[in-house]
Amino acid sequence: MTKKASRSTSRPTSRRIKVDALSRVEGEGALDLHIQNGEIKDLKFRIFEPPRFFEAFLQGRDFSEAPDITSRICGICPIAYIMGASHAMEDALGVEVTGPLNDLRRMIYCGEWIESHVLHAAMLHAPDFLELDDALQIAKSNPELVKTALQLKKLGNDILEVIGGRAVHPVNLKVGGFYKVPRKSAVRALIEPLKWGIEASRELAVAFGKFDFPDFDYDYTCVSLKHEKEYAIHEGRIVSNRGLDIPVRDFPNHFLEEHVAHSNALHGMTKDGEAYLVGPIARYNNNFDQLSKTARATAKAAGLGNICTNPFQSILVRMVETQYACEEALRIAKTYEEPDASCVKMVPGKGTGHGCTEAPRGICYHRYSLDKKGLITRATIVPPTAQNQKQIEADLHGMVEKNLTLADEKLKWRCEQTIRNYDPCISCATHFLKLNITRD
Amino acid sequence: MTKIVKSKTPWIIGVGNPLRGDDGVAAAVIAHLKAEDIPAYEFDGDGAELMETWVGQGRVIVIDAASSGAPAGTLHRFEANVEELPKNFFRHSTHQFGVAEAVEMARVLNQLPGHLTVYGIEGVDFGFGSRLSPDVEAAVQDVVQQIKTDIGR
Repeated sequence: MTKKASRSTSRPTSRRIKVDALSRVEGEGALDLHIQNGEIKDLKFRIFEPPRFFEAFLQGRDFSEAPDITSRICGICPIAYIMGASHAMEDALGVEVTGPLNDLRRMIYCGEWIESHVLHAAMLHAPDFLELDDALQIAKSNPELVKTALQLKKLGNDILEVIGGRAVHPVNLKVGGFYKVPRKSAVRALIEPLKWGIEASRELAVAFGKFDFPDFDYDYTCVSLKHEKEYAIHEGRIVSNRGLDIPVRDFPNHFLEEHVAHSNALHGMTKDGEAYLVGPIARYNNNFDQLSKTARATAKAAGLGNICTNPFQSILVRMVETQYACEEALRIAKTYEEPDASCVKMVPGKGTGHGCTEAPRGICYHRYSLDKKGLITRATIVPPTAQNQKQIEADLHGMVEKNLTLADEKLKWRCEQTIRNYDPCISCATHFLKLNITRD
Repeated sequence: MTKIVKSKTPWIIGVGNPLRGDDGVAAAVIAHLKAEDIPAYEFDGDGAELMETWVGQGRVIVIDAASSGAPAGTLHRFEANVEELPKNFFRHSTHQFGVAEAVEMARVLNQLPGHLTVYGIEGVDFGFGSRLSPDVEAAVQDVVQQIKTDIGR
């Protein structure tokens, strides 16, 4: 946590700063900040994107419908929802998907990490560090960088299309596996582009490493998946840097969601009421040793240590993870052979199941209860941005305390940048931004 | 998104979400064109992907809902190769990389198609639901007629 700012000794002053429409985040929200006598009197990060009631209208639907319905929660990370729901249903019905089908799942998830990470890092987050309004200004000064980023993002989309049938809201995934396995020739055709992708993400990571990062550190409680054999993406146990190590089904016993009056999204917290961090930095800090040697070398070249405590450096972690995702996808593509069966047969039945995967923004937890016909009686989905909300407010508190002397416009910019560190997906969480700062 | 095929015929793309009120106006225009056997496509991806669809194309027409403060149903037309699209004019799509951003980014990167026309139809209600506002509904046929004139049908 940052040092407490010194109290103003001069005349009482008060200022209110408003960010009425936070740009370059997904969904609608606002930040209200009231500063009195040089101290934060009130800080509220509000999400007013309307709730969409997915959990309610899943009730009564067949278990097999959950992946396609929940994938509609988000156009950027549909795979996270498809796979979280599929894992939960497989858990409820006692089925495990292994071997080449599981490899294909990991590979398509790599595609989602690539397209989501690159869109955010290069197009939405990078302009903050260059004091530019948007990626268009970067394109004017460095068109090659933007072309590389766009091509890399497209590579992610191409993986989704080859394995998932289409780039947005893929249609080829189901509980138990796939409707149809992709042709060997189509998967192998991704090998050369992926080799290029590894180099391109390294180049972007090193270029972004030259940015001037604001001086801010936080001792985060990092919560992520961990897998015994690999850098966790699509499966694993839930761990933290405070010693937590639990199976996915125990998530509700350790984490809570609370409704706060100023937000349409539930605030996630540990059972002790503390904020925690999910997403790229949490994964990196918990699983650094499981990154490839080459990805670790890129992290070092970009200026990252083995542990990252500066949320502004999340842009670098995203590019390191992008490189790793290209490497993993390449590894799987090189040895891919078409499996005989496209899925494991599912028999409907009664049960409760849990699923959790690493969406680009952090762990996304699903729980469903089914009746004997396999119809959903209860559904709970905890998306990453809901879990990060409390931590985003804590970061904003620390950031504002450290920068109270900044003029309102500069402070406003810094607040927006602090929020964008999280690549918040408000429509997923709505369950986000106008920014209001008041000083008196 | 339909598989992209480089086409000698005009490439007509309607952008928007038909489940968000007047944001579905472009989808309604596309449906009318298809009913008259004119190849036209709905697009539900982001601006970056939109740019990919028109690289190397000749004649491209993009239709989107607009939110500029003009009366509902007002038809705006831009010849994107010769004029910049106004900011904060079109409905922002996912992560705010929408049609205007895609057009201006493509201009900077020298990736605009040979001839790009952008239609904006002013919407008023972007709430949940698939119904168009009456004034917006009434504008659909006008846009269809103009596009037919554009492509010589």
